[in-house]
Amino acid sequence: MSDILLDVEDLRVRFPGLSGYTEAVRGLSFTLGRERLGIVGESGSGKSMTGRAILDLVPPPGEVTAKRMAFMGLDLLSMPHRERRALRGARMSMVMQDPKYSLNPVMTVGEQIAETWRIHNPGEAGQARERALAMLDAVRIRDPKHVYDLYPHEVSGGMGQRVMIAMVLVADPDLIIADEPTSALDVTVSMQVLAILDDLVSQRGLGLIFISHDLDLVRSFCDRVIVMYGGAVMETLNARDLDHAQHAYTKGLLNCLPRLDRVDANLPVFTRDPEWLK
Amino acid sequence: MTEKALDVRDLVVRYSSRAVVDGVSFSLDPGDSFGIVGESGSGKSTVLRAIAGLATDRSGTIDVAGKRLGAKRDLAFCRLVQMVFQDPFGSLHPKQTVDRALAEPIAIHGLGDGERRIQEALDAVGLGRGFRFRYPHQLSGGQRQRVAIARALILEPKILLLDEPTSALDVSIQAEVLNLLKRLAAERGMTMLLVSHNLAVVAHMCERVAVMQSGVFVEEAPSSRFRSLKAEHPYTQTLLDASGGFRRGLAAGLVG
Repeated sequence: MSDILLDVEDLRVRFPGLSGYTEAVRGLSFTLGRERLGIVGESGSGKSMTGRAILDLVPPPGEVTAKRMAFMGLDLLSMPHRERRALRGARMSMVMQDPKYSLNPVMTVGEQIAETWRIHNPGEAGQARERALAMLDAVRIRDPKHVYDLYPHEVSGGMGQRVMIAMVLVADPDLIIADEPTSALDVTVSMQVLAILDDLVSQRGLGLIFISHDLDLVRSFCDRVIVMYGGAVMETLNARDLDHAQHAYTKGLLNCLPRLDRVDANLPVFTRDPEWLK
Repeated sequence: MTEKALDVRDLVVRYSSRAVVDGVSFSLDPGDSFGIVGESGSGKSTVLRAIAGLATDRSGTIDVAGKRLGAKRDLAFCRLVQMVFQDPFGSLHPKQTVDRALAEPIAIHGLGDGERRIQEALDAVGLGRGFRFRYPHQLSGGQRQRVAIARALILEPKILLLDEPTSALDVSIQAEVLNLLKRLAAERGMTMLLVSHNLAVVAHMCERVAVMQSGVFVEEAPSSRFRSLKAEHPYTQTLLDASGGFRRGLAAGLVG
């Protein structure tokens, strides 16, 4: 078996509307190994829809097509939804943006992690609590026993996000899709959450798809970057080569950020070229 | 000696009994641009809210153009000071057109010549005539924020309070809105007080920057000082380091 976790060719997501189809993703191709792959773009670029299409979470009436979509040798395209659901959570998982809206407010955080364990390991339900505590420890929560019994409103944003990662980890997946996992967090807290995700890739050998609007963050955190605009891929490049990006859109995005090490009277703005979507 | 545009002394603001702003002082000359940077819960937005009269349990003094503010804000204050909020989706009435949103301050203040004022305000923020009779849901995020800015400008204020005006926007739209605010502030000689979690945004927009943590200013300096990426206070240094993106060593120092 090669090290390729995910192989996607010509992925398309479209939604029917009154005046024909709206294409949210237009022909995305990539392979993912045990690495950190960033998908970066502005709102409406199709980056989140890409993550959802991989997990079979595109809401109806959205339609997903591709020439190829394979996960560790399994053909996702011919797989029935029931089997996709069994895969989801167990071997591929998602970390959402905001723990406030993604955790169950009336269940303790530890119990939510334990529940995930019980669903994926029905024979070993007795170990659920122990496993949940181990996962809280793995995401560097200092007092797992205390935190286990807290409700989501009693934990901070950074801790909530670590709980979500623990919940994903307890099922021991091979692929994690993180959709703006740190955008709701303060910079210092977001550094801690990123360090945990970083360890998961390097120590457990996970594949990570990191969806973000923040070019600077993706540049410093990921190995490779896909830049999307209007549902289409503008370019794919190594994160360290982002400074030498060729595409006008990537350059425009990089330039329009205010920078501490540069004084601009005005920030450079750019116009979008309809040719990009051809 | 010219009169200060804004002079805040020993400001303390309490929510229930907890002091979220705990002794903040600063003063701005007319035409100054001053930024406050901090993380969530640092009290940075509360400083703006106290000036605008939205946080009422406060002590300390706030003088605007030499006039001491009491508990209530009058119409004259609104002519002088206007605020732009973070979320352009939440700060415009969903059932009112752009025209109605802009006409309301003119009616409240009994100003004539509404037609001209609305047209000028829309021109100033770069929205064409076609936008005038649209509803907020027919506008993009950046266009809505332009409407919010036009609404703040229509009374021709001297002081602009900006609470994270671009953090809900895409970076390319952020650049456009920041350029717009900078140009308008310069053209009209407005005093600008900008609050943001983004150090680079504040340093770009303001001549002076204060770093706020747990209700107090831990450091205050000209923005040029931050460009060298060196700070005196350890918290400021952390913010500066984190502004460069993810670094393994930095995260290791923070995890605990």
